[in-house]
Amino acid sequence: MSTPEVVAPAHATVHGAPLVDSLGQAVLFVAKNRYISVLKELSADGYEMCVDLTAVDYLTHPGRNLPDGIAAERFEIVVNLLSLRHHKRLRLRVQVAESDAAIDSAFDIYPGTDAMEREVFDMFGISFGGHPDLTRILMPEDWDGHPLRKDYSQGSIPVQFKGAAS
Amino acid sequence: MTAHNEVISAGTFEGRQELQSRSVLTAKEVLREVGAVLRLSEADAALLAEVETVASEDQTMIINMGPQHPSTHGVLRLMLELQGETVLRCKPIIGYLHTGMEKTGESLTFMQGGTNVTRMDYASPLNNELVFSMATEKLLGIDGDIPERAVWMRMLLSEMNRMSSHLLFMASNGMDIGAVSMMLYGWREREEVLRFFQKVTGLRMNHNFIRPGGVAADLPPGWRDDVMAILEMLTPRLAEYDILMSGQPIWRERLQGVGVITQQEAVALGATGPILRSTGVAWDLRRDMPYLHYEQLDFEVVVGSYGDAYDRYAIRLAEIRESMKIVRQILDRMPSGDYRIQNKKVTPPPRGRINESMEALIHHFKIFTEGFKVPEGEVYLAIESPRGEIGCYIASDGSATPYRMHVRAPSFVNIQTMPHMMRGGLVADAVAIISSVDPVLGEVDR
Repeated sequence: MSTPEVVAPAHATVHGAPLVDSLGQAVLFVAKNRYISVLKELSADGYEMCVDLTAVDYLTHPGRNLPDGIAAERFEIVVNLLSLRHHKRLRLRVQVAESDAAIDSAFDIYPGTDAMEREVFDMFGISFGGHPDLTRILMPEDWDGHPLRKDYSQGSIPVQFKGAAS
Repeated sequence: MTAHNEVISAGTFEGRQELQSRSVLTAKEVLREVGAVLRLSEADAALLAEVETVASEDQTMIINMGPQHPSTHGVLRLMLELQGETVLRCKPIIGYLHTGMEKTGESLTFMQGGTNVTRMDYASPLNNELVFSMATEKLLGIDGDIPERAVWMRMLLSEMNRMSSHLLFMASNGMDIGAVSMMLYGWREREEVLRFFQKVTGLRMNHNFIRPGGVAADLPPGWRDDVMAILEMLTPRLAEYDILMSGQPIWRERLQGVGVITQQEAVALGATGPILRSTGVAWDLRRDMPYLHYEQLDFEVVVGSYGDAYDRYAIRLAEIRESMKIVRQILDRMPSGDYRIQNKKVTPPPRGRINESMEALIHHFKIFTEGFKVPEGEVYLAIESPRGEIGCYIASDGSATPYRMHVRAPSFVNIQTMPHMMRGGLVADAVAIISSVDPVLGEVDR
């Protein structure tokens, strides 16, 4: 079993963003301020469906492999686009800083991201500017904290071994 | 920072998730809620706005349908704004079944992960396991080395699962519409398929049978006869469904033209599976982005033309027949050989070796307690589940547990189409529409 190169060096750019190959899948690293404009261009390119939008909290694993010019931040928004016409997929990864955990909403381009962005907001506490109904979706409305953040404890009760040397 | 915190907390006070009354909404918000998302031309939007202003606050009523309602398929709560019997707006409110499965997935090893994902879409557990296993194998770099028999077994189980899931839809759809005998028939036939699963995997549901590296066990003796018996039994019974429902005037009246969704809406909302296909988009990942060995099989992608509840019913019925066709081809071509990859890192040693070899015992123990390490990386894999595209996104940090495991649940996305299907329809049709979307709340809430 070979250890595959996680993120190959960027060999091309799409709409000014570095395109890399991750295990045979196309991944585009987009800067946060260009996120919406790149989405618009991709939507015009034929990526008519946004199948998935999620986030990852890289709090305890900051040293991941990123192409040159992309600074690692705590959060990463991961968007999977699909082109029904060209039978192609493209994944976008956007770095979002902890100090400014907010990004523009893709709702106007891909209305299907409505529920997905609410889920990310609920689970990670990243807010989406311009989202029409940014409320918690899975957790109760008065819940404290954002469960999928890495510093959110799972709330398990430690097993006690009595009399054992610790 | 403080301004940002205000943004975060702004949405989280009591009652904010719910459907807001007309008096507190701006016209733009109402328009967004009804047409939410339609990328309408200005003329269409104006037309829509005109319809909406007809209803004033004292003529409408907001009611809850669910979370405890027999036809919401679990714990889905719909808030409906009604004017008489007409549904003006609808908002699905979910989360009642949320158990933090994605968080749980971060503490289970890749070996144990299957037990977690299989419980998401409990009507098609094998497809969940399949997509999770395929994503793990991709990260391990062994996705090309899975033995042929394991691949064909996976296809067999996936298609049988599609049949059982669609049979369950036939039952629940019948029940919701009022065809109670159909409910009994559907459950009866599904049970036959589940009996086969029990024989193969040991369990009726939540199998944890498809695992990274292959499947958990070989097919039991006599499996071929069991599959043939199911196919033989289903053929006349599906014909019976046609007599009972497809051509029946009451059934047609109840479903045709109900819950119509357009192609543009379905694509914009990210709907997949029978909902997308009912609008005429011939999109099926099995054919359009083949995985396993689907490119070697001969089957049709069934599409509708009206995008209504009847099309979605007819597509699912036809898909059972297509799955039967696929299963017949798999029966003819099932290769012999190993059912899991012989890679010591991923595959535990066989039970027999443990009694003889100390190393095998240690190895077995280590694999089941510590799991196997998966190289750093991130991957998204998607397959066609009975409900649409089910995807699995895994980010690994090189340890034995996923750093992040996200499942793109088709029902979670498909549920967003409900407000569009219901707008302007009757309350009685709402039941037919929920049913035709066929959501599984286990994967909506995860």
